[in-house]
Amino acid sequence: MTTRELEVTVREHGGAAILDLAGDIDSSAEAALQSAFEEGTRGGRQVVLNFSRADYINSTGIALIVGLLAQARARGISITAYGLSDHYREIFEITRLADFMTIADDESGAMSGTERTNHA
Amino acid sequence: MTALTRPFRRRFLRRGRAGEAPEAEAPHAGATVEQAPVEISPNDPLLAYFQAATGAVDIDTLDLDSPALRELKAAGVKLAVPLVSQGELIGVLNLGPRLSEQDYSSDDRKLLDNLAAQAAPALRVGQLVREQEAEAATRQRFEQELEVARLIQQNFLPKELPALPGWQVAAYYRPAREVGGDFYDVIPLPDGRVAFVVGDVTDKGVPAALVMSATRSVLRASAQRLMEPGAVLERVNEHLCPDMPAKMFVTCLYGVLEPASGLLRFANAGHDLPYVKTSEGVVELRARGMPLGLMPGMEYEEKETVLEPGDSVLLHSDGVVEAHDPDREMFGFPRLKETVGDNPGGQALIDRVIADLEAFTGPDAEQEDDITMVTLERSAGGAMVAGAMNGTVLADFELPSEPGNERQAIERVERAVAQLGLAPQRLERLKTAVGEATMNAMEHGNEYRPGRPVSVRVLESAGSLRVQVTDLGGAGALAPADQPDLEAKLEGRQTPRGWGLFLIERMVDEARVTGEGGRRTVELVLHLQGGHDDDA
Repeated sequence: MTTRELEVTVREHGGAAILDLAGDIDSSAEAALQSAFEEGTRGGRQVVLNFSRADYINSTGIALIVGLLAQARARGISITAYGLSDHYREIFEITRLADFMTIADDESGAMSGTERTNHA
Repeated sequence: MTALTRPFRRRFLRRGRAGEAPEAEAPHAGATVEQAPVEISPNDPLLAYFQAATGAVDIDTLDLDSPALRELKAAGVKLAVPLVSQGELIGVLNLGPRLSEQDYSSDDRKLLDNLAAQAAPALRVGQLVREQEAEAATRQRFEQELEVARLIQQNFLPKELPALPGWQVAAYYRPAREVGGDFYDVIPLPDGRVAFVVGDVTDKGVPAALVMSATRSVLRASAQRLMEPGAVLERVNEHLCPDMPAKMFVTCLYGVLEPASGLLRFANAGHDLPYVKTSEGVVELRARGMPLGLMPGMEYEEKETVLEPGDSVLLHSDGVVEAHDPDREMFGFPRLKETVGDNPGGQALIDRVIADLEAFTGPDAEQEDDITMVTLERSAGGAMVAGAMNGTVLADFELPSEPGNERQAIERVERAVAQLGLAPQRLERLKTAVGEATMNAMEHGNEYRPGRPVSVRVLESAGSLRVQVTDLGGAGALAPADQPDLEAKLEGRQTPRGWGLFLIERMVDEARVTGEGGRRTVELVLHLQGGHDDDA
């Protein structure tokens, strides 16, 4: 197992910004995550976090996601997540992150979720 | 004068005339006085003339284009009597004018010829004795130098090998008569790991011994500071390069064993590959790398393998495989590999290889090069901690408190528990708990001071798996002031952080904090039967 600093790619899909997260979500991920979040939410777009290539999330990473969630709440933006492994999905449930964001299995599931949010 | 070839590198004394003798050195008039010798260069025609002469030679009447002859004339030599023994010119008797100022008579000459015939063999005997004495002194100097090399070499070999519960470690070193540059070392590291080294310096004797001792010292120092075998060899190479004598270099195999788990990580600087006997046959431990001391900036590939109970490793120097039989055939790698495969490890393997080698080279053969072997065998029963109270130690290691090092803890614990066959989801939970406990220990306990390591121990006993993560933060409580409340965090009433202990408690069956003597330990417990295994 090797450590891999987080790289985030932001892409537009159906009016939402998908943030493809590749690497470790720990203290080293803060800057990359924050700047991608700002880019993605420009114009109030909904944000979809793709965790399928995020191999490692630790408590500091959880705190960073909490931070994103707090910013999103303040701006009335919803966050959807997909691609979490069973293990990290459990952690999102234990920490109740799952109560404040939509957790989808895959990208199409996530997109139908954002559509629902957009149309709500 | 110029160099004379050996039989003529004698001093040709001339007899001074009485009048020239300094008063102080002349006890009475007419005493003979030694003057500076006249030496004859090998290409001087006078040499051939003397060799062929049948008796005393008149110098005044001799006409040769010879620098030595001119010198003899200038010195006032009148008569030269060649001293010949067994056809070989070994010296010349030079005489000045007679004190009576008359010429030498034929009686004088006869007397001188007789004298020369007697003196020449006696002189020859004296010369031979002197030559033999000089040769003996040279031999003695050589032996003394060998002795010095041997002493340096032996002084730097480990006096004893560490006792590793669950492991048999044995070593063998026999220098050739002309001591080579072999060495081996076994270095206990602070976190319970042990480094094994086998190396060979090119060249022989004192130069090789000195390079060997330098290499060993740098290796020992680097082994204590650096975790990764590749990094250790890189550092040793950087240290050796500037001062390495031309055409010398060092091959070296460096491996670090984690005795509890059997994990062996290794790097190789151009040394002969070690053999490992496993249940599936004999394999070589391969890792790429250039010999040490050739050029700076080298990188050393790092590999790892896990030695299972019953596996044995042989580290060896080229003195084994390069031994020759009377027909000049080499012992070779295939024979050694076969011996490793057919025998138990440890001291028994060393004894076997030595017996095979002796049978191969023949009983009277002189050992050509140093022979070095280190064997390492994992007992078939697995490693039990003394007292067995704590059960089986699956891993026991330390990590410096540096951000990101929790990943190493996770990786090593995962490897240590691989044999338990935990359900995947349960393993993931354990990994998260180990990571969080290690981060807590590094951050809160040790304040990310690299000199304060975190130690991690993995124990299996009586149906439970325990991972103990210990820091130096004293026995204080670890629990945060508030249970994390996501609602409060999102509203900014709580820091977004503070999830570590919360996660730890939910990832394992039991988590407890204990303190003792300035050390604090978080113990993570998984019950191996029941517990959460049902949700796998």
